[in-house]
Amino acid sequence: MIDKKEMEKTFTSKELLTDQEIRWCPGCGDYSILKQVQTVLPELGLKRENIVFISGIGCSSRFPYYMETFGMHSIHGRATAIASGLKASRPELSVWIVTGDGDALSIGGNHFIHLLRRNFDVNILLFNNEIYGLTKGQYSPTSPKGQISKSTPVGSIDHPFNPLALSIGAGATFIARAMDRDPIQLRELLKRTHQHKGTSLLEIYQNCNVFNDGAFEVYTEKATKKEETLFLHQGAPLLFGSGHDKGIWLDGLKPRIVHLNDRSADELWIHDEKDKTKAGLLVNFFDDPSSINHFPRPFGVFYEEEKETYEDALNQQLEEAIKLKKADINELLRGRNTWEIN
Amino acid sequence: MKSMKSKTELKTDITIIFAGDSGDGIQLTGAQFTNTAALLGNDISTFPNFPAEIRAPQGSLAGVSGFQLRFGSIEIFTPGDSADVLVVMNAAALKANLPQLKKGGTILADAEGFDLKNLKLAKYPEGINPLKDGSLDQFKLYELNISKLTRNALEGSGLGTKEIDRSKNMFVLGFIYWLYTRDIENSLEYIKEKFKTSPALIEANSKVLKAGYYFGETSESIFSRVEVKAAKLEKGTYRNITGNQASALGLLASAHKSGLKLFYSGYPITPASDILHELAKNKNFGVKTFQAEDEIAAISAAIGASFGGSLGVTASSGPGIALKAEAIGLALMLEIPLLIINVQRGGPSTGLPTKTEQSDLLQAIHGRNGEAPVAVIAASGPADSFDTIVEAVRIAIEHMTPVFFLSDGYIANGSEPWKFPTIEEVAEIKTSFARQRSSEDPKFLPYKRNEKLVREWAIPGTAGLEHRVGGLEKENETGNISYDPDNHELMVKLREEKIASIASYIPLQKIDSGANSGNLLILGWGSTYGAIKTATLKAIGQGYKVSHAHIRYLNPLPLNLGDLLIRFDQVLIPELNNGQLIKLIREKYLIPAIGLNKIKGLPFTTEEIYTKIKQLSTQRSEKQVSIQG
Ligand code: SF4
Repeated sequence: MIDKKEMEKTFTSKELLTDQEIRWCPGCGDYSILKQVQTVLPELGLKRENIVFISGIGCSSRFPYYMETFGMHSIHGRATAIASGLKASRPELSVWIVTGDGDALSIGGNHFIHLLRRNFDVNILLFNNEIYGLTKGQYSPTSPKGQISKSTPVGSIDHPFNPLALSIGAGATFIARAMDRDPIQLRELLKRTHQHKGTSLLEIYQNCNVFNDGAFEVYTEKATKKEETLFLHQGAPLLFGSGHDKGIWLDGLKPRIVHLNDRSADELWIHDEKDKTKAGLLVNFFDDPSSINHFPRPFGVFYEEEKETYEDALNQQLEEAIKLKKADINELLRGRNTWEIN
Repeated sequence: MKSMKSKTELKTDITIIFAGDSGDGIQLTGAQFTNTAALLGNDISTFPNFPAEIRAPQGSLAGVSGFQLRFGSIEIFTPGDSADVLVVMNAAALKANLPQLKKGGTILADAEGFDLKNLKLAKYPEGINPLKDGSLDQFKLYELNISKLTRNALEGSGLGTKEIDRSKNMFVLGFIYWLYTRDIENSLEYIKEKFKTSPALIEANSKVLKAGYYFGETSESIFSRVEVKAAKLEKGTYRNITGNQASALGLLASAHKSGLKLFYSGYPITPASDILHELAKNKNFGVKTFQAEDEIAAISAAIGASFGGSLGVTASSGPGIALKAEAIGLALMLEIPLLIINVQRGGPSTGLPTKTEQSDLLQAIHGRNGEAPVAVIAASGPADSFDTIVEAVRIAIEHMTPVFFLSDGYIANGSEPWKFPTIEEVAEIKTSFARQRSSEDPKFLPYKRNEKLVREWAIPGTAGLEHRVGGLEKENETGNISYDPDNHELMVKLREEKIASIASYIPLQKIDSGANSGNLLILGWGSTYGAIKTATLKAIGQGYKVSHAHIRYLNPLPLNLGDLLIRFDQVLIPELNNGQLIKLIREKYLIPAIGLNKIKGLPFTTEEIYTKIKQLSTQRSEKQVSIQG
């Protein structure tokens, strides 16, 4: 939880603007995400000079240029690995990784899963637009099967990654999902992402209005939103539907959609972010929204776990080694066996 | 030990090869003898030759592990072209190493390693045993029952046959100590330390070591002992060191000198991994080691650490370096310090992981997309790795650039005496970070350069320095993204000039041996130093007008190199590759340099270089005669 002192703003949102012209297409979902990050950051009690944004390559990875903090726009897929080295050597910094579905899950897939298992205390903002935007419209590792794109004119035959299931499998200690068109929840989740000590993964559904417009519209548009989304609240039953009249009921370990006419709210699945088994089920609410009897798509914090961070463990080993043996560089250079030549 | 009774012959230097199965403890035997010889003041050079497979079938040719060492009362620069003594534990070891034995050399063979099974594994024709068929007549052959004598020594020790057999290397060691009039005390101490958790093993190994020694005493009528007196090395205190150890120590010393925290990340690869192991042992020096998920992550993490103000270092070998190429490009665009260690091995592709080669020089200099110059520097031997890596770090920090440090398998695993410095004697490294700024100060310009064309190291956590860097082309001074054609050309030239100007901050090229001008200059780099030096000295002794210069700074090259080269009629460039430095030299100085290339995964022998010197010198004088005539 954020205490009072932390709530004091140390800098303003305006101070986070850079003199760089923003190069995203008009109407791109990235604008909203940038805005929410700039709104939330001043409320986190951080010093601006201690914030670092590291990105890879792709539309989303332009992000650091628009943040008046330290930033690195690195190479494709490697932001996660660069951030690991930075955090390991400078644990006091607040390190944010901005990446996309191609950057994190395709070319950078290896570093992504290894970052999650190591649990450095860094934040990953995964802008998922299910397309390669910067290279002008090829299908991505999260594009649904059948996606028509420049490189798949008759539809993709790849099965997409489920980023959150992948993350939980890799040992992630914080998993959440937000969307660009829901700024209120996005801001809330950005704060939670920051507060979690350990690697936080926030997947953000981001509309690429040029190459994949409407990929997430069933979750964002008024007409379908209520039926298709499931907002997760700690300790609250899983409810959804236009009249909040549907819920998820756990039949053993099998989730079922029930109507509140048939079951009372107390019988429903009560959301518990600390429950890994339930989180494992929730991340698999990943149905194609056009399929019959599909589950709604969850948004919010799926899972959070307290676990030692890599940098803490690393520092502890160092401290213990120093306690055990004082470092004497001259003794080290001498080694154990020496001889004299006179 | 009892005093010597037999007659002892005096020699200036001896080369021994220990060879056996990879499970026979050959490397340990070699390392122990090396240590003891060094403690007695001999100069020494070693060359371990590992099999590529960790556990190849016992007794097979693929499983032969060798350790070559040369020790002397004279200065030693190579582990010897050929051996005086070959100690073999089985038939395969004999077969693999016999070509390295001098005519008239001594063979000590364990009889048990030449039974039918071992002969078959070594692929000797049926019915042939080289120990029996007279084929080794030109050598002094001694068949010893090493296995049996070891078992006798440990009879009643309660140890199993397997454990007993594992200590037969101690018998060999004990016997060789006797043969070369060495004391066994040093190894007895070592045994105590190594097996400190098992008194039974201390007892057993000590017993076998002594048994080997006494075996010598009781058979002195057969063998004559040899003594090699202490060498007249430069006065001082010495220790023995391998190239990888010296590199690791150099990194720790550089961190100390620069005041930076060392962050080392690597991915396991032969023959570079020992540097990671060495550093991981020394966490009390504050070094953070990171075993990354792959080669790219290893360098990326090092870049992250350097960006944060640590000394970021990554190490690998050829194939791993290939994977790091894009990230090296990023580091040079970011213009931050970064050290990339390449312990070269045979290539291309996976190549020859356990063999040595110098074939990644052009990769280091050119192997990236775009116009992407970085500094490149190479060690010439195990001990030299220390000073060279300190230099590499100095250049990286003082010039804000990635620096390649080239070593190779021969340097990395080879060892030699090292007159180690105290930390106070190690060269200074100046580190400075950009200072904090307030809103009254003019805006921070991340790519503003000083007179060396070097930008400031502006690290996160410093107020007022918030800025963005990245791999996209930078606008001069501001570092903002720029697609401006003139700016791109300017930045390419600036980055090139920045690296070129390092030449003003490195020493001039010196002649290592020989006169400053003459008939023939041998120009080398890297691990060929010892062989070239020995051959050059021999040739000078024979009256040839030949000199040797060895390049440490490969990019940029020393400012005076061109002037130095034209003072010689001929320039010979020996390399363990198909001709790489020679391309750079011909291109830059337009001279008809001559190559001498060996691509066998093995170092040069002195003889190979000496023969070439003779050939070039003779041709030259013949030519002169014909011109004059
Ligand atoms: S291509 Fe798509 S993701 Fe990229 S900036 Fe344009 S709208 Fe945004």
